Amino acid sequence: MRGRPLLFTSYPSEMKLLPTTTKRVSMALLLVIVILLPLHALPFLGFLGDSDWLLIIDRMLVFAIAALGLNLLTGVAGQVSLGHAFFMAVGAYTAVLLGGVSGNTIWGLGLPIWIWLPAAGAMAALVGILVAPTAVRVRGLYLAFVTLGLVFIGQYLWRNLGRIAGGPTTGRDWPPLEFALWRGDPIISFSTDSSWFGIEMIRSAKTYYVLLGLVIVFAVLAKNLMRTRIGRSWASIRDRDIAAEVMGVAEAKGKTQAFAVSSFYAGIAGALMGAVFGRLIPETWDLLLSIEFIAIILIGGAGTITGTLLGTVFVVMLPRVVEELTLWLANQAETGGAFAWIADFFVATGSDDFGFISTSAAGPGLSIFQLNIVLFGVLIIVFLIAEPLGLYGIWIRVRNYWKGWPFTY
Amino acid sequence: MIAALVIAQAVTPNAIDKFGNALASGIALGAIYAILALGFVIIFKATQVVNFAHGGIAAFGAYMVVYFATVLNVPGRWLSFLPFGVQWTLSAILAILVTALLGVIIERIVIRPMIGKALFAVAMITLGVDLIIRTITVDYMGNQSRGLGDPWGAGVFVFGGIRIAHTQVVTVLVAMIAVGLLAWFFRTRTGTAMRATAFDQEAAMAQGISVGKVFAIAWGIGAALAAIGGIFSSVFPRGAAGVTPFTALIAFRAFPAVIIGGLDSISGAIVGGMLVGLAEVFAASYLGSVSWLGTGFAGIVAWLLMMAVLLIKPYGIFGTEEVRRV
Repeated sequence: MRGRPLLFTSYPSEMKLLPTTTKRVSMALLLVIVILLPLHALPFLGFLGDSDWLLIIDRMLVFAIAALGLNLLTGVAGQVSLGHAFFMAVGAYTAVLLGGVSGNTIWGLGLPIWIWLPAAGAMAALVGILVAPTAVRVRGLYLAFVTLGLVFIGQYLWRNLGRIAGGPTTGRDWPPLEFALWRGDPIISFSTDSSWFGIEMIRSAKTYYVLLGLVIVFAVLAKNLMRTRIGRSWASIRDRDIAAEVMGVAEAKGKTQAFAVSSFYAGIAGALMGAVFGRLIPETWDLLLSIEFIAIILIGGAGTITGTLLGTVFVVMLPRVVEELTLWLANQAETGGAFAWIADFFVATGSDDFGFISTSAAGPGLSIFQLNIVLFGVLIIVFLIAEPLGLYGIWIRVRNYWKGWPFTY
Repeated sequence: MIAALVIAQAVTPNAIDKFGNALASGIALGAIYAILALGFVIIFKATQVVNFAHGGIAAFGAYMVVYFATVLNVPGRWLSFLPFGVQWTLSAILAILVTALLGVIIERIVIRPMIGKALFAVAMITLGVDLIIRTITVDYMGNQSRGLGDPWGAGVFVFGGIRIAHTQVVTVLVAMIAVGLLAWFFRTRTGTAMRATAFDQEAAMAQGISVGKVFAIAWGIGAALAAIGGIFSSVFPRGAAGVTPFTALIAFRAFPAVIIGGLDSISGAIVGGMLVGLAEVFAASYLGSVSWLGTGFAGIVAWLLMMAVLLIKPYGIFGTEEVRRV
């Protein structure tokens, strides 16, 4: 059988997570890279270990967990949800209620992470189960509007539940990422700078390792769900719900399961988002956040784990890359570098300068923040029109090309 | 609880005035929502596209009025002999036409290539379009609020204690004219072609109807209606200071109106719009002082109403039920 990776002689071998040597080796390499990443040990990519980059990467990992959840619901089970931000908020506020510090105007029980993190997921899953009957009753695009409504109703709740969410403009502090057996001093803290095993580590590096572990666990869990009975029933509901019912798949049960699992992921991600960023305001959980997750799974490739992770990297890194590029262009324009003529055309450095992008907020062009939102929209459109399978589809095409190289097929 | 509160408020003096004022502004707001919902439904019926960019297009229309009426003074600068109200109306009509053109362009560039693809994918494309339109218009028109030129100022008709702003009357009149024009349009040759396309695209094509042209016209009409809604939602005194970056969010209150009426029902859009407008205004004026409801309850009444309706009728009040065939 050696050298014939597509010949399967048993079901278990077909369902293997890493069926070929190439996949095993590349996965091991990837693992080494992500473990070395915050230690400044990688050639060329050492700068990713700087604290400002690590902060973005931490954000990316949190987003990855939420995106994996939405991928299960929308990509695998085919239920369009614009309400992911709402479920994240449910998880986040459960976490802060259980783990946060109480004050004069806010509630908090100060419990340790092993209570508030699973509880955040469980609470969000419970709310997901409560929403699911509506999802079973209304179909397709009507469901998109119901979940859209959840985001707005949620925002109204968070703005008014001051004791849980803090003030509408001030927000409140989330419990830090640290492990303790009960209230009191933590045994291990992931949110202070110190050395581990003789290696000096900044707080975002430690947070990185915790989040990385969680992402791996949740990604493997999602993959396993997808390739077993539950995931197959979801996929059958997505492809043709009536046919699925005829074959004996319980449609209502499948949709409820999908909502519960997806909301669980969202709840965990919401709680972690609070823990990693410290202070969040109720406006965090708005429609744009939901759209970001939709964009992640569409750009990455709906229904695939690899695609979801690729999409997360792409969407979360994009603003920073655009910012770096714009600043570099602006620098070129001012110093008259080799690309000054391009830079002059695109970047406005002052209020009287013409340019599509502006480095100053008052300039005539789009600010970097605005440019990112526009790019977001453009990317969603371009990917949906040109490559519906997303980055994953591009990757498959590239891989297939090299598989047959130098022949075309 | 809520019923008791309403009764308690009803027996206070000026109860009739309060009710009348709420009814008047509720109907005016309902007319705006109905217009927005109508544009949305026309696009959905003809092209099967859920247009999430409706709010962005509405705000674009309002911004265009700002631009034509107050910045460029077009076409008023050549027609200075006309009274200001007429000049403003011409500017508004020009803005509506430009917005209709925007709708046609959107259809041509991003919707046409997606014919036959999943409805969900097309809906997500319009979300992307919304982000682009909103960001670019806000960038060019600034973050501050911009007045539309206040053609009717703060004028009011007074009936005893009931005060009805001129703008409110004009809003309802324009909405009625728009509905009348649409009713006429659907009886014309092009309108019949659109109804045929909405009924069955392939059959319409087989009859020699240019479905692409119908799509473009539907998007043009939808965008024009969105612009009318956007203009009247931000003209003084409703939008006290004019059009702001938040004007685009009005569509998120018109969406429940669409769903309540049924995604594919023209009369449903009007009924849904009126219901949502009345519910919002009555919630604001009668429940605004109820402390445990907090702030901003009026803003989500529409969504709560929508969920309640969907639980009873999953396809809205007038929506066509999906036939499920094995």
